[in-house]
Amino acid sequence: MAKLREVCRHIRSKNAGPFWVTVDLFFDGPENYRKYRDSDALAAATFASLYGTDPKFVKRFAIDRLNTVKISFVRATAQGGVIERDMHAGQQYVRLLDLEMN
Amino acid sequence: MTEIISVLVPVGMLGVGVQADEVKRGIAAGADVIALDAGSTDSGAAYLATGVAKYNREAIKRDLLILMAAQAEAGIPLLIGSCGQSGNDIAVSWVRDIAVEVAEELEISPRIALLYSEQEQGVIKAKSALGKIRPLPPSGPLTDVSIDRCAHIVAMMGPEPYIAALRAGADIVLGGRTSDTAVLAAVPLMRGAGIGPSWHAGKIGECGAQCAVNASGAAGVLMRIGIDRFEIEPLSPSERCDVQSVSGHMLYENSDPFRLTEPGGVLDVSEADYQSVDERTVRVTGSKWEPMPYTMKLEGAGPGPFQTIMIIGIEDPEVLASLDLFHDRLHAALIERVERTFGEEAGDYNISLRIYGWNAVSGQPVPKGSAAPREVGVMFVASASTQSLATRIAKACNPYFFHFPLNRGKDLPSYGFPFSPSEIERGTVYKFYLNHVVAVDDPLELVRTEWVDLRARSKAGAVHG
Repeated sequence: MAKLREVCRHIRSKNAGPFWVTVDLFFDGPENYRKYRDSDALAAATFASLYGTDPKFVKRFAIDRLNTVKISFVRATAQGGVIERDMHAGQQYVRLLDLEMN
Repeated sequence: MTEIISVLVPVGMLGVGVQADEVKRGIAAGADVIALDAGSTDSGAAYLATGVAKYNREAIKRDLLILMAAQAEAGIPLLIGSCGQSGNDIAVSWVRDIAVEVAEELEISPRIALLYSEQEQGVIKAKSALGKIRPLPPSGPLTDVSIDRCAHIVAMMGPEPYIAALRAGADIVLGGRTSDTAVLAAVPLMRGAGIGPSWHAGKIGECGAQCAVNASGAAGVLMRIGIDRFEIEPLSPSERCDVQSVSGHMLYENSDPFRLTEPGGVLDVSEADYQSVDERTVRVTGSKWEPMPYTMKLEGAGPGPFQTIMIIGIEDPEVLASLDLFHDRLHAALIERVERTFGEEAGDYNISLRIYGWNAVSGQPVPKGSAAPREVGVMFVASASTQSLATRIAKACNPYFFHFPLNRGKDLPSYGFPFSPSEIERGTVYKFYLNHVVAVDDPLELVRTEWVDLRARSKAGAVHG
C-alpha cells in the first residue's frame, strides 16, 4: 500500500485564520490524483483521529486543474492558547506523510 | 468603460522588503495605484490585543520611503491596509506617525487619509443585542462575556472606505483592518473594472510575488484588470508566473479554494480559466462575484493567563533512551511539587513540558522503535493567572527540573541550563475571542476617516482633521 508521501509531489499545512488549519495535497500527477482523490484514507474520520478535530467541520475539495486535494479542519484549540506548539500550523502536515492510502 | 486598471503590488506585506527597482518598473509599465497590506491575524492574537506591530519601525519606514517617494513622483495613489499588523487604532496611528516622518524627510506633502475600524465594546454589544452579529463556524453565538474579554476589536473593511477617501482627494490611504483582497481591488472597482476580476486579482496578488513560480525570487507583482479578465506578472523581469503558480495561490491560507467570502459578497472562482499569455504572464477569465448582504468580519483579542518558561539541554544517554518515561515522571513530580507548595493558591495553572528533538512540535506519541536523539532541549512552560504566580511556580519547580533523575539511587544529575536566572517571564498568553461577522447598513457605518493633510499644512501651518 502506498504512503501519502509516495504519491504526492508536495504536501503542506497552514493556518487559515485563527480557528482553521488547511492542508494541500499536491499529487504527483493525474493518475494518482484520480486514484486517491476520494480515498477513505482522507476521510473526516482520519483527521478527527490525527488532530482531535470535530469531523463535522472537515471540508474536502478536489482541484482537478492542480491534481490537488485540499482539506480544511477546525483546530482542536484556537491558535495561540496555553498549550500552543505550532502557531502557524505549518508543521501539521507531517503526521499525514505516512498515511496508508487505499 | 473598457480601460485596463493596473495595480502595482510591491510586496506581500509592508515591512518585508520592497524592491525599489521593481516599483520603478511597475510605475514605468503604467501602474494606476500602488496597493498592499501591512498585516494579518496569521501570527497570533498578541498583535491585536496589544496594538504592537509584528515588524520593527525601521523596516516599515524603509518600505514607506520607497513607496511614498514613488507615489509622489508618479502621482498615483498609495493604499495600505491592515496597518501595523492588527489594524487596530493604535497600530494605524503608529504607521501614520512613521508616514509623516517619511514625508518630512522626502519633503513631500501628501494628503493622507486614515481609516479607523476599531470598535468600542459597547457598539458591538448593541449590534449583538439587535441580532446583527452571527458566528462563523466553528464558533457559537456571541456573548457579552466574550466581548468583555477583548482588549481590542476591529471590523474588517471592504474597498468602500478606500474609494471614499480617494474620491475625497487622498493621495495615501492608511487603513485599519481590511480584507487584503479589498485593498488591491479598490481602485479597479472604483474605476469600473469587472467586479469578479477585481476581487480575484486581489486575492491572487495579496501576497505579492508568492503567486510566481519562484516565490522567493521577487517581491511584487503587476496586475492589469479589465472588464472580464485580469493578467498578472511578477515585477521582477527575471521571474515568471505560470498557470499552476497563479491558480495554486487560491489554495494558500484559504479554507475554501473556490469560494471566498468578502465584505458584500462572495468571489466564486470555480469556473475560472487560467491561461499563459507569454512566458511570464497569466490571464484569468471567468471570475464571478455574487453580491450578498454587507457584513464585516470581527476580530477580537485580549489577554489570558501569564507564562514563565525554563529551558534545559540534556545529553545524558540514559535519559535520551527513555524520554517518554522521563517526561511522564518529571511532569508528575512537578505537579506534585506545585500542589504541595501552593495548594489552592495555584488556582487554574498548567505545566507543560516540551521535549525538542523528540516530540515537542506535535505533542504526539513517538512511533515505537524510534532511535534515541543525540541530545534534546526541554522547555518547561508554567501558565497561571498572574505573572508573579507563574514565576513562583517555575521557581518551585526549578530544582526538580534541574536535577530530576530518570531512576532513583544514583547521584542527582544536573541538566544544562543556558541562562541565569533560569526562568524567563514570557508575559501574557493572548487569545482570539471573536469569530463572527456583523451586518451593517452601510460599508462606512463602522469606519471613521481622519486626515493628515500635509498639503494644507505645508501651506498654512499645522492642520490635523
